[in-house]
Amino acid sequence: MNDPILLHLIRISVILGIFLGCVAYIVWVERKVLGHIQIRVGPKRVGPYGLLQPIADVVKLVSKEDLTPPNAHQWLFRLAPVIAFVPALLSMAVIPFGDTVRILGRDVRIGIADINVGLLYVFAMSSMGVFGIALAGWSSNNKYSLMGSLRSSAQLISYEVSLGLSVLGVVLLAGSFSLREIVEAQARLPFVVLQPVGFLLFIMASSAEIARIPFDLPEAEAELVAGFHTEYSSMKFAMFFMAEYANLVTVSAMAVTLFLGGWQGPFADGPHWFAVKAAAMLFFFIWVRGTLPRYRYDQLMRFGWKFLLPLALLNLLATALAVVIWGGEA
Amino acid sequence: MNLAGFAILSALAIASALSVILQRNPVMSALSLVVTIFSLAVAFLSLGTAFLAAVQVIVYAGAIMVLFVFVIMLLDLGRREPFRMTGLSRKLIGLAAAAAFFAQVAASISATGVLGAKPPAPLSPGYGSAADIGRAIFTDYLYPFEAASVLLLAAMVGALVMAKKRIER
Repeated sequence: MNDPILLHLIRISVILGIFLGCVAYIVWVERKVLGHIQIRVGPKRVGPYGLLQPIADVVKLVSKEDLTPPNAHQWLFRLAPVIAFVPALLSMAVIPFGDTVRILGRDVRIGIADINVGLLYVFAMSSMGVFGIALAGWSSNNKYSLMGSLRSSAQLISYEVSLGLSVLGVVLLAGSFSLREIVEAQARLPFVVLQPVGFLLFIMASSAEIARIPFDLPEAEAELVAGFHTEYSSMKFAMFFMAEYANLVTVSAMAVTLFLGGWQGPFADGPHWFAVKAAAMLFFFIWVRGTLPRYRYDQLMRFGWKFLLPLALLNLLATALAVVIWGGEA
Repeated sequence: MNLAGFAILSALAIASALSVILQRNPVMSALSLVVTIFSLAVAFLSLGTAFLAAVQVIVYAGAIMVLFVFVIMLLDLGRREPFRMTGLSRKLIGLAAAAAFFAQVAASISATGVLGAKPPAPLSPGYGSAADIGRAIFTDYLYPFEAASVLLLAAMVGALVMAKKRIER
């Protein structure tokens, strides 16, 4: 914590830069992978292999006209995309990408902040994102927006409970809320081996939390136009879009941190293992999107409350019993 | 915590709390309450109780206030006519409730002896950590904690019963 300000600034800039780069390029990867899953080639015109496509998309979005509906609540309409986007970025601050390394004769921790309630911090941030969605729909003064945002909020509120319970097993095993300590507790065995049910619950609940297929009800365009962001255009729309992909990256990073052993791996520990595992998680989420159809809304709610939640509670109970019987620090 | 930081935080908390009751639009009131909760969370953080700060944001801002906003949106309150408190008796009841609450808070603060000349005892290490709070809830405050659980359960059952009646009608 006694690092000079300059080191903090460098660390924040590098991690933020990589993170935003990932957010931009995961869109390209998704379009490419989905293309090949559907026996197409995906974007290929802009630059080699379509690699400049994200830049072209950004230029397109920036140069579009920025519309605000006349009957919208003016400043809440402008605030909503910010509330959706900023927490999505802030979650990145506590994720440990690697252990302490020596660079230029100084011990440098890889990761912006290391707080002892890191896990709770991520949950606090992700629960703030709901406000962005709820306010976007309400302030647009449009019935499709309102219906879309009511659905999204209901979905997020419902699955947040299961998501929180699914990771408590990990907290019990590691005996800490600190993400760094959770990773260090997996030195011998990643928690996915000890918490297979917790891992599956986490994947399912977090897919719903970030509104990915098969839980992408907020974007059910056949019934809701475009859901809560129907009235948004230009960069305000882009902020919702980026928030969505930022959340996808964060969820993958959290899955790696909580269940897959973080930066630790065979041969040499380091951020490269984190990157490999996170990429695998991201690929998995894209693969799921290319494979599964969408749930109906009532199925979604029934699945969340009547299957996921009881299973998460049982898993927590079983883990707690195991920790009491065999002692913590598995 | 230094005095300037504390002054800014308290000013923000009080201003947003006033905004909660002065806004005509219920959505704006709810959002003002979120700002109040956030400033309280930062106050907890500056006192070194990061766990309480995180829980404050998750439970109050992230769960309860989200539900408030959700219900306000669902019932579409406040878009047609603004909130307004009418009638003398209601104002008197409100005043009495506020006075009782103020007296209660004042009594609690003076009971802790913070206002006395004696500086408060230094906090034990681990004060306000998850383990510390968990132990306090399940040992010293077990009965109040269980009573609160029963109260919440009763409220939940009551809400379900009321909602169900409306559907059958």
